[in-house]
Amino acid sequence: MNAAGLRSAALVLPLVLFLGVFFFWPLATMLTTAVSDDAVGKAFPTTAAALSSWDGAVPPDAAIQTAVATDLRVIEDRSVLGDAVRRLNSAVPGFRSLITKTYRTVRQNDDAPVDLTAIDAQWGDPAVWRGFARAVPPYTDRNLLAAVDLQRDAEGDIRQVGEAASANRIIMVRTFVIAASVTALCAAIGLPYAMLIAGAGGWVRTLLLLAVLLPLWTSLLVRTAAWVVLLQNNGLVNGFLQTIGLIDHPLPLIFNRAGVVIAMTHVLLPFMVLPIYSVLLTIPSNLMPAAATLGANPLRAFRHVLFPLVLPGLMSGSLLVFMVALGYYITPALVGGAEDQMISSVIAFYATGTANWGMAAALGIILLAATLALYAVYGRFSRTPPGFGV
Amino acid sequence: MTGRILRTIYGAAVVFFLIAPILAILPLAFTDSIFLSYPINGFSDRWFRELVANETWSRSIVNSLIIATSATILSTSIGTLAALGLRGDRVPLAGLLRTGFILPMVVPPVVLGVGMQILFVKVGLASSYLGVIVAHSVLCVPFVVVTVSASLAGIDPAIERAASSLGASRTRTFREITLPLALPGVVSGAVFAFATSLDEVILTLFVAGPNQRTLARQMFSTIRENISPAVAAAALLLIVGTLVLAVLGAVLRHRQARPADTA
Repeated sequence: MNAAGLRSAALVLPLVLFLGVFFFWPLATMLTTAVSDDAVGKAFPTTAAALSSWDGAVPPDAAIQTAVATDLRVIEDRSVLGDAVRRLNSAVPGFRSLITKTYRTVRQNDDAPVDLTAIDAQWGDPAVWRGFARAVPPYTDRNLLAAVDLQRDAEGDIRQVGEAASANRIIMVRTFVIAASVTALCAAIGLPYAMLIAGAGGWVRTLLLLAVLLPLWTSLLVRTAAWVVLLQNNGLVNGFLQTIGLIDHPLPLIFNRAGVVIAMTHVLLPFMVLPIYSVLLTIPSNLMPAAATLGANPLRAFRHVLFPLVLPGLMSGSLLVFMVALGYYITPALVGGAEDQMISSVIAFYATGTANWGMAAALGIILLAATLALYAVYGRFSRTPPGFGV
Repeated sequence: MTGRILRTIYGAAVVFFLIAPILAILPLAFTDSIFLSYPINGFSDRWFRELVANETWSRSIVNSLIIATSATILSTSIGTLAALGLRGDRVPLAGLLRTGFILPMVVPPVVLGVGMQILFVKVGLASSYLGVIVAHSVLCVPFVVVTVSASLAGIDPAIERAASSLGASRTRTFREITLPLALPGVVSGAVFAFATSLDEVILTLFVAGPNQRTLARQMFSTIRENISPAVAAAALLLIVGTLVLAVLGAVLRHRQARPADTA
C-alpha cells in the first residue's frame, strides 16, 4: 500500500473500529447467545468431562456417578447451580427435586463412595442420563429448533412441537402476510402516483414530490400517533363516516390488522414511490406517444412499453418496502392488537419481557437472515443505498 | 378529458392520504380536554405546560437533546473521516467497507437491540448515557457516510489539482478547497444524524435505563399506555424542531455552497 492508501486507511479506521465494536460485536454476541448453552457445563465441569466418554449404559459406571457427586460437593455458587438445575429441569421434568435430594445427601457424607441409584431411584432412568448428557455440551441447537417450532425428543431425533406450543411459525407466516400486503398496497398506490409525478411539470410536480418527502422527514412516532387519532373508535375516520351516514356504529379500525396495514402503508409508501420515480426520470417521455402513433391503446402501450422499463424501479421499491416491513416493531406495537404482532414484537417480548435471550436471539437470527438475503437481492436491482430521502 | 380529471382526483387523494394524517394530530396539541380525540371544545396551552412541568416529560426532552447532540457529534466526525478515506477507493476492500458502513441502516433495529442489550450488560454500558449515545451513533453513521460521500463525489478533482499546482500544501488544499466544498454534505449528514437520534425508540428500549428515557421513548409508552394530548404537544415540538433543523441545514448549505460556486 502506498502513502495515499495508508492515509485513507487511517481515516477509515475509526469508523471500522467503532462499528466493529458497537455494531458487529453485538450481532456476533446475539449469534452466540442463540447457540450457547453453558449453564450445565459450568456447574458440572467434572461430569461434563466424564460424560463425554459415556457408553450409554444405565446406570453409568462409578466414575461418572462419582463425577456428579464431586461437582455437587465442590460447587459454592448457588446461582450457577440454580441456572444449571433450571436448564436440566426444562429438559427432564423432575430433575430439580432429584438434584436437590442428591446435593443434600452427598454433602452430608463427604468422601463416601457414591451409588446414585441408592440415593434416588430416578438415577436409574435412562431419560435422566440422556437429558444430562445432552445438556452438558456448551453449544445447542435447541433455541434455533424452537424458533421454527421443532424440538428434540428423548432419543435426540428432531420432532415437531405439539400443536398447542407451536406459535413461532404462525408469527412468521403472519409477519410475511402483513409485509406482503403492505408491499402490494404500496405498489398499487405508488406506481400510478410515481407516473403521475413524472408526467407532471412545474409546481404540480414539486407539490406531488413534497407530499412524498414530508412524511419521510416527519418522526415515525408522530405519524403513528396520528393514525391512532384517526382510527380510534371516536376518531376522525369513524366520525366522518358516521356524519355522512355511511355507518351507524364505529368500525373497529384500530388494534386490528386493517389498522396495522393502513398505517404501515402510509409510513412505507415513500420508499416505493421514490425508486419508481427515479427510474421513470430516465425513460424518454416520447415513448408512450410513439406507441400510440403505432396504434397501441394506452393499456397496451403501458403493458408492452412502459411497464418493462419501470420494472426495475418497481422491484427495488417492493424489495425495500418488504425488507423494512419485515422488521417493523413500533407501528404494530401501537396500532395493532395481540393478533397483529410481528416477529420483532415476539423478539422484544422474549428479550425484555421474559429475559429468554436464547429464544430472542434465535428468532433474531431468522429475521436477520431474511433481511440480509433480501438486501443482497436489492443490491442487484438498485445502485442507491436504502437511505432514501438522503 | 376524463383521464385528466381521474388523474387529478387520484393525485389529490394520495396527497391527502400522505399529508392529512400528519396535519390531523397537530391541533390536538391545543385541546383543553384530557382525551387525544376530536372535537376540540376549548383551546388551552395546558399540554405544553405539562411537557415542562411534568418531571418525566421535561427530563425526557433534556435527555433527547443531550443524546442527540452527542450522537450527532460522534457520528458526524467518524463518518466524515471515513467518507474522506473512502474517496477515490484507495483503501483495500473499499466496496466491502462501503457496504459494511450502510448495514446499520439495513439490520432490523430489534435484532441489533437484542445484541446490544446482551453485550452492554456484559461490558457495563447498559443503562448509561454513553451506551445510548453509542447505540444511536451506530444508526446515524450510515446517513453521514452517504451524504458526505455524495458531496465529495461532486467535487471536481481538477480544482484540487489546480490548488496544489499553484503551490498549496496538501493540508492547505484540504482546508481551503476540499473541506468547504464538502461542508454541505457534512451539514446534511449532521442534520440527518440529529433527526435519526431524536426519533429513535427501539434501541433506546433495549439499552437505556429509566434515567435515559428520551422524548421518543416517552411518546411511545404514552401512546401505548394512556393516550394523552401531551403526545400531540410533543409531536408538534418534534415537527417544529425538525423543520427548524431542516431550514437551518438548508441555509448553512446555501451559505457554504456560495463560495464554491464562484471557485
